[in-house]
Amino acid sequence: MTTNLYFEDVSVGDQLPAWSRRTDFMSWNRFAAVNDEFVPFHMDDEAGRAALNEAGAFGMGNLRYAYLLNALRDWAGDEAEIREVGCEYRAINQKGDVLTVTGTVTDCRVEDGEHRVYLDVNVVNQDGAATCPGHAVLVVPSRAA
Amino acid sequence: MTDAAEGPRESMVSPEMAERKGVWGESRSSYPVTATDIRRWAIAVYWPERPPPIFWDEDYAATTRWGGIIAPQDFNPFAWPVERPGMGGGPPRGALGGSGGGGGRRIMNGGQTDTYGVPIRPGDVISARSRLRDWEERTTRLGETLFVFNETEWTNQDGQLVKRRVSNTIRY
Repeated sequence: MTTNLYFEDVSVGDQLPAWSRRTDFMSWNRFAAVNDEFVPFHMDDEAGRAALNEAGAFGMGNLRYAYLLNALRDWAGDEAEIREVGCEYRAINQKGDVLTVTGTVTDCRVEDGEHRVYLDVNVVNQDGAATCPGHAVLVVPSRAA
Repeated sequence: MTDAAEGPRESMVSPEMAERKGVWGESRSSYPVTATDIRRWAIAVYWPERPPPIFWDEDYAATTRWGGIIAPQDFNPFAWPVERPGMGGGPPRGALGGSGGGGGRRIMNGGQTDTYGVPIRPGDVISARSRLRDWEERTTRLGETLFVFNETEWTNQDGQLVKRRVSNTIRY
């Protein structure tokens, strides 16, 4: 049901297909509910302003991290292994933001018998601001194997 | 750490931090993970679109290399503990480790790197332990800044590594 990415199909410079979500209380509250992450500044505009975000409540870093994983999984397919993902949180996720995961393949190599794909990734908002720069390492199947 | 405290620049590294460096804290265990926990998590992080079937369709998942449903890799089996000190708000204990202590008036989440082992599956019981791994003190545009690196390790009931997270807390 999913398309699987093979090592032979990946080249340095390849881009992740854009993966986007509009974020607001509909997404934040669902994430709060599963992660038990009921922090006032994610739930309430007044609490968000008290936390020095003038626009009010703001989104969870953990949800942006989930979006990075989702975009990688949707691109690589179910036979891939997501081995490592790291990121920094650089900007606030405001209510109504459309967040798009971006990624570029920086290296493809065989190491320790594994076919590894290295990427630079980010979560960019509708204004082009990079909110979440990071990296990822995937292990993907090879047609030769 | 008295040397640093007596120097021209006061260290932000507390004696407590120096004592705890590299020492693993007590291990804690999750409740058993269920397929419903995984399905709900997948729905939340893919909202408003349908999550991939690997996270909820047992028949499909059986045809993949995983042989069954797996959890999204950010799944937190430590959410919703019954016991929670103070019953206050905030993220659940156990999942991500502490902020590491240390001086500085302000704290920022500097991000994290997760390395993954085997996936989490229905029925798994995950154990977690954390330690203060390391720190780095330097002058940044924020002034004197302390970067604290905490490490949290999750293993499953068979002792297999599920995840290692190194998180960075910035104090300034």
